[in-house]
Amino acid sequence: MTQNWIEIRKLTFRRGNRAILDSLDIDIHKGKITAILGPSGCGKTTLLRLIGSQLRPTDGSIRVDGTDITQLQRKALFKLREQMGMLFQSGALFTDLSVYENVAFPLRLHTQLSESMIRDLVLMKLHAVGLRGARDLMPAELSGGMARRAALARAIILDPQLIMYDEPFVGQDPIFAGVLRDLIKRINDAMGCTCIIVSHDIAETLAISDYIYVLANGRIIGRGTPDAVRNSDDPWLRQFLQGLPDGPVPFHYPAPEYLLDLRLGEG
Amino acid sequence: MLDLLQRMGRTGLNATAGFGRAGILLWQAVWGPIDWRNGPALLVRQLHFVGVYSLIIIVVSGTLIGMVLALQGYTVLVRFGAESALGQFVSLTLLRELGPVVAALLFAGRAGSALTAEIGLMKATEQLAAMDMIGVDPLRRIARPRLWAGIIAMPILAQVFNMVAILGAVGVGVGWLGVDAGSFWSNMQSIVEFREDVLNGIIKAFAFGVVVTWIAIFEGFDTEPTPEGISTATTRTVVYSSLAVLAMDFLLTAVMFGVD
Ligand SMILES: Nc1ncnc2c1ncn2[C@@H]1O[C@H](COP(=O)(O)OP(=O)(O)O)[C@@H](O)[C@H]1O
Ligand SMILES: [Mg+2]
Repeated sequence: MTQNWIEIRKLTFRRGNRAILDSLDIDIHKGKITAILGPSGCGKTTLLRLIGSQLRPTDGSIRVDGTDITQLQRKALFKLREQMGMLFQSGALFTDLSVYENVAFPLRLHTQLSESMIRDLVLMKLHAVGLRGARDLMPAELSGGMARRAALARAIILDPQLIMYDEPFVGQDPIFAGVLRDLIKRINDAMGCTCIIVSHDIAETLAISDYIYVLANGRIIGRGTPDAVRNSDDPWLRQFLQGLPDGPVPFHYPAPEYLLDLRLGEG
Repeated sequence: MLDLLQRMGRTGLNATAGFGRAGILLWQAVWGPIDWRNGPALLVRQLHFVGVYSLIIIVVSGTLIGMVLALQGYTVLVRFGAESALGQFVSLTLLRELGPVVAALLFAGRAGSALTAEIGLMKATEQLAAMDMIGVDPLRRIARPRLWAGIIAMPILAQVFNMVAILGAVGVGVGWLGVDAGSFWSNMQSIVEFREDVLNGIIKAFAFGVVVTWIAIFEGFDTEPTPEGISTATTRTVVYSSLAVLAMDFLLTAVMFGVD
């Protein structure tokens, strides 16, 4: 079979007249960690929602294992999503359920396992993210980092083939960002699953990814292995990777000429 | 001129699209297979949430409004020496109009706004999206039990309102102003008819329950997922559902008690 487990072709998504994603081509290899880097607001979350089929594209196709998921019916879609885990940017733990019940939620829904089996599985996943002792806490009692990890345990409880991470490193202190980075890598190695990380955190993401796409203004502006991306001399990539304030992505919102605006040119 | 037309057209289109989305939401939330495993527990929880949260404000306002009604009614009736008719004046006003309407307005302000804020927050924190990803339809899991809870709770709350309001009126009328207790109650009993007054009031309350909860849930799901979005949606719930209650009250009153 083809190496490209997920093939995205000419993917376009519009809201109103604005193209949020514009004709993207992305390949995701099985068992690898693929990262999509881009500044905030460039459409990364939208892209994940499209892959999870929560949004329908305006144009283009997303093939997973050969089937175009943009054409799937609702039932087949839900079946497909059982193979997908998603770590949402805000964690998205259900606020009315404890950590334990949050992680058990997908099991209760999709399996007929006995209560003791559920307990074992939940505790295993909680142990993997270091929260076995926090099982009885409510989401409101967790710190940001703990909530993210609990959500990760929930995302991997069904052993999905594809895990999508939405800005996993945002708002985390450096220690926890490191913990999470290792966790993502470890899960990828141990479960052999395919990972997609979208992020604007360059250092953390480059450190664990096998392949990188760089997204800006709804288009792919660069792609390659972490080394290739790091050493690229493309001005767009350089600006983004080095955090230069001005460059091809302008610092200034489009505006009339400064002096004219100040009326200094007049009499 | 053209600009005005354009804007009117856009507003009209947006409003129509909104009605469409709200209709679809109602349909999907009400229709479909019942989840016997989780459904009852979810419903009981929501009943507790909307019912108990509104109960205190309903009881307090009901008492106060009953007291005011008695006071106002007495000052008018006593001029004609008809203060013994206070019982029927208070009970008819409450059962037919004030009970359902005021209870619904309070319900919209207390439970309706809380529902919108809760669902809006779930949307903003991506809980609805997570549910959808995991394979639970948020309309079934979130909207349905809340909708039914509101529909069930509203008529009960309206009756509680009527009850405490009548007690408040007795307190002021009989206890303070000295209306004869016997004539208060017997006048009330002889004039109030079950079908005409009590049942119509319950039907009104039921209709208000549907509309207020529907608007609250729809605004929650339709929230723009930002802090400002949640606050405007909450305001919209209170404004729209209050207006809807008053407009519907006029229509229902015209149908139920109108000249025939
Ligand atoms: N519901 C929506 N309606 C209109 N615009 C939206 C909506 N959701 C997102 N957008 C816009 O789409 C763009 C991409 O959003 P998003 O995918 O969340 O970006 P990212 O995750 O990269 O920060 C943003 O500019 C945002 O303003
Ligand atoms: Mg995002």
